Amino acid sequence: MLEVQNATKRFGGLVAVNQASLKVAAGSITGLIGPNGAGKTTLFTLISGFERPTEGRVLFESQDISGDEPHIRARRGIARTFQIVQPFAGLSVVENIAVGAHLRHAKRSDAMARAEEVGRRVGLGPELDKSASSLTVAGRKRLELARALATEPKLLLLDEVLAGLNPSEIRDIIPVVRAIRDEGVTILMIEHVMQAVMNLCEQVYVLAQGQIIAEGPPAEVCDDATVIEAYLGAGAAERLKREKVHA
Amino acid sequence: MTFRDIVPILVLISLLAFVPVFVTANTVLNFLVFTLIIALAAQGWNILGGFGGQFSFGHAAFFGTGAYVAALLQVRLGFNPWVAFAIGAVAGAAVGWMIGYLSFRSGLRGSYFALVTLAFAEVLRILANAAAFTGGAAGVLIKLDVRPENFQFESRAAFFWIALALVGATLVLTRWIERSRFGAQLVAVRENEAAAKALGVDTLRVKLGAITLSGAVTAAAGCLYAQYFLYVDANIAYGTWISVEAILAPIVGGLGTVFGPLVGAVALHGLGEITKLAAGSVPGIDLMVFGGLLVVAVAFAPDGILGLLRRLRRPVQTSGAARHA
Repeated sequence: MLEVQNATKRFGGLVAVNQASLKVAAGSITGLIGPNGAGKTTLFTLISGFERPTEGRVLFESQDISGDEPHIRARRGIARTFQIVQPFAGLSVVENIAVGAHLRHAKRSDAMARAEEVGRRVGLGPELDKSASSLTVAGRKRLELARALATEPKLLLLDEVLAGLNPSEIRDIIPVVRAIRDEGVTILMIEHVMQAVMNLCEQVYVLAQGQIIAEGPPAEVCDDATVIEAYLGAGAAERLKREKVHA
Repeated sequence: MTFRDIVPILVLISLLAFVPVFVTANTVLNFLVFTLIIALAAQGWNILGGFGGQFSFGHAAFFGTGAYVAALLQVRLGFNPWVAFAIGAVAGAAVGWMIGYLSFRSGLRGSYFALVTLAFAEVLRILANAAAFTGGAAGVLIKLDVRPENFQFESRAAFFWIALALVGATLVLTRWIERSRFGAQLVAVRENEAAAKALGVDTLRVKLGAITLSGAVTAAAGCLYAQYFLYVDANIAYGTWISVEAILAPIVGGLGTVFGPLVGAVALHGLGEITKLAAGSVPGIDLMVFGGLLVVAVAFAPDGILGLLRRLRRPVQTSGAARHA
């Protein structure tokens, strides 16, 4: 469904993403993990169109979309959430979601009805008429999710929707994400919460210093020596193995 | 938009339409027509600034274009004033689109956009003041020829009704914006442009639509001004005074609300007139009231008079206050 081919993004002398390639199969939940500053969010901005790759291409449903504006990509069926939540603070929750719903529904009443439905689905039912600025962090994360979902995407890019949530909130939202996939939406998610990655993803890509260093099912990737060293520093994999033997 | 959405507008306009029946003094009618013209210009500003969050400091560019086009087409080229009026509004839309295209396409926002609009208005003022075709500093005088088909009337009441009808039409237009997809996207752009883009909003197109409509409405106010006073010069048409008036009325009345600009214009000019009467011949006293009212509005009623009324009616609801905190 989505294919990134050798994407590179330079900001002046800084190479944020370096020759990264990945594939997301239709109907899957794919994870993108990596240490802080690895370039995960930058890779997301290349896929969603907020930045253009310096080199390489982004293909969606086998079409080259590297040159498309973000709103064109949204029309094609790519929706993203923001790591730093971006609610329309002056609007109510349901009005926020309706902006997304308007992408496929021209009439105000249709969009509002759709927005209410999506809002309930992600668990914002009781908050629909409240001001978006009155929501808690967990509520705002759900709102990000709801707005993106309301555009009726084929591919959903989730940028750390679980960050900043407590364990019980995470437990609540995992089934919501899985239900979205079960309805036919393909998901690519950046996530630090390993509990969620292990739980949800079928395929994981690991990005470190702009490069994809590993890919595969989550359990395999977590045992990968290069991945462990990327997170914990050189020699860490060796040390961990020794400790395991001792224990 | 349903019929029920415009009932309050129809009721208000019908009530106001009876004013000339009770008030026949020319000074009062003069004041009312002038206030309605300001309200109309402010309604135009509110579409772009109130709903779209793009603060223009140069709406004089549209007001003046309307006024000059309406005046010059009849004086220089012999157009019928009604036709000239319509073309004037279209010209305002065209200038709006052009300024919008140049500034929004290059991503100008906030104070940069404000400064660019101010610059456009000033350039137009200087050009109109210098060119022979616009009558230079002497301005354009529209020949007095009182016939209805000539857009000139015996009674000021007729003019009042025309201005009122235009204000009413713009209220309906604004209500439509508020209840439409276009309006939802415009407000989304105001609140957070990046998020709007991610949700599939073509932000450039939405902003261009807003500034085009805004330009047309404010230009219509300019046409009306020229037709009422039968005289235009560069400092009236393209002067900063009208840019300021167009900003103040919505801020005092209620930014991004349907009735805000009208309420603000009436409050500002009503109070200005009353102080002028009360204070007698102190020059500039009405301007001091303007300034004072603006300070009070910003400090105590950040959502304008309408927002204040809403808060007084429902003291528990504090979403407006929270937004500005």
